[in-house]
Amino acid sequence: MAKANKQVICEVLMEAAKTDKDVVVLCSDSRGSASATPFANAFPEQFVEVGIAEQDLVGIAAGMAHCGKRTFPMSPACFITARSYEQCKVDVAYSHTNVKLIGISGGVSYGALGMSHHSAQDIACMSSIPGMRVYLPSDCHQTKKLMEVLVKDNEPAYIRVGRNAVEDVYSEDNCPFTMDKATVITRGKDVTLVAAGEMVKPAVEAAKLLEAAGISTAVLDMYCIKPLDSETLLQESAASRLVVTIEEHSIFGGLGSMVAQVIGQHAPKKVVCLALPDEPAPAGTSKEVFAYYGLTGEGIAATVKQHL
Amino acid sequence: MPATCDNGMNLQALAYKLRKDVINIIVSGKGGHIGGDMSIMDALVTLYFKVMDVTPENFASGKHDHFVMSKGHSVESLYAVLAEKGFFPLAQVLNEFSRFGSKFIGHPNNKLPGIEMNSGALGHGLPVAVGMALACRMNNTNERVYTFLGDGELAEGSNWEGAMAAANYHLDNLCALIDRNRLQISGCTEDVMALEDLKAKWLAFGWHVIVVEDGNNIDELTAAFEAAKATSGKPTMLIANTVKGKGSAVMENKAGWHHHVPNEEEYQQIMRDLDAAYEEALKNG
Repeated sequence: MAKANKQVICEVLMEAAKTDKDVVVLCSDSRGSASATPFANAFPEQFVEVGIAEQDLVGIAAGMAHCGKRTFPMSPACFITARSYEQCKVDVAYSHTNVKLIGISGGVSYGALGMSHHSAQDIACMSSIPGMRVYLPSDCHQTKKLMEVLVKDNEPAYIRVGRNAVEDVYSEDNCPFTMDKATVITRGKDVTLVAAGEMVKPAVEAAKLLEAAGISTAVLDMYCIKPLDSETLLQESAASRLVVTIEEHSIFGGLGSMVAQVIGQHAPKKVVCLALPDEPAPAGTSKEVFAYYGLTGEGIAATVKQHL
Repeated sequence: MPATCDNGMNLQALAYKLRKDVINIIVSGKGGHIGGDMSIMDALVTLYFKVMDVTPENFASGKHDHFVMSKGHSVESLYAVLAEKGFFPLAQVLNEFSRFGSKFIGHPNNKLPGIEMNSGALGHGLPVAVGMALACRMNNTNERVYTFLGDGELAEGSNWEGAMAAANYHLDNLCALIDRNRLQISGCTEDVMALEDLKAKWLAFGWHVIVVEDGNNIDELTAAFEAAKATSGKPTMLIANTVKGKGSAVMENKAGWHHHVPNEEEYQQIMRDLDAAYEEALKNG
């Protein structure tokens, strides 16, 4: 059943907190929007409210992590990556503290609230910090698997999820997952679609349309944007004439840029990047914005046909 | 009360000896924030030799008192103190400071023993220290947390976020200190961005505030740190009135010495002045 990825994150953290007293969730007046209220209510001793102060949120999370805690600051992606970027860079990554930065309502999730609330830069800025891993899980099943690994490991990471429930890509019984390895959803020899986060579902829909049109299509769920799984990318796209990346992020410095670097260096071929263009996204729901920019099954299929 | 630690060392004199080490470190590396190193030295010596429970032996366990050098540019003074504590040899600092590939860089680096958190970007130390203090309380330890801030650094808004959180959570295991030397790189703090009434600001934020009238006096600093330990229900801020460049008239109260490498003539004079101050401190001790 489809549910919001942030809700799954809270569920995994609550399960972990039962046996691990060092699991701490921190919010910046964001417990409601982060779906973290159940955690705050069930584990008040393992919950820290810092008020509307994202620099403080990340600095405090880093200090606590240094003294043995596994900290999970949860705040809108736009704020936790931009307002507190220097804390992410210095206090978390550079000081190497066990902080998992959870960016909720990422991309254009906040729709009509405008560019101040959109996070179309977070992959670029977080990926360029040495020592910072970046994950964009696609649905609730993958989010669960990812968080079950992250809640136990000791390295910094940034995890971006959307605001709303997303349609399932996988199912409870069928969610193949290997940490830091892209999930191969379909294999194909003509074109390879590489997507992350909420763009995986439309990529899967596009593949169905393309297969029906006789175009053999591979779909990779590159939830691990950093470290990017170059091996699977090169292996699965070896036969393809075209690679198309799809992401809910600026055209600059995101999944498309990274995939193009790998393909350009190791297996040169045409790479087309579907992303948010260099402009403030228009007001509207995520679905409306995705449709406007061609980030839908039909839009992706049309792009493939145009370039193949 | 004599300014000595348990082994009878005269700490006021030690601070002058370590200032000489700092000058040599800066000359060896051809750069360093000399003025703030000199103003903060007495507070560092007090902290490491009288106040904090931290040693090269207990450091790796993580079970010790904690320190974040928020004014990270004064790292040369921290290197001199940590070397004196036995965390690494002074000779290593002198050989490696600011050289290619060195771990002894111009800001605190937690790849080195004795240093817990990296800093250098200003306005980070207090929120991090708040996090440490919160974790220590959750962990039911008696470990205390210290952080030293520059006065010019207080223009960074993140300090005030940390100030609110520390008071909100009644962190009496947290003690911060402001190196109130009244100078920053562009000139007087009150001309660059007025800070006064500094005491009233911290009181208004809910802190216990102690003004250390002579922040270069080990006895006064020791008494203030002890008073902080005895405080319950709120964090303590020590506003330490210090002299930038303390120890030699060549450097004292000169904004131009915020970041400066002494030339040969200046070096000789500074070393003579520090030797004289050392002897004077020994006599008074």
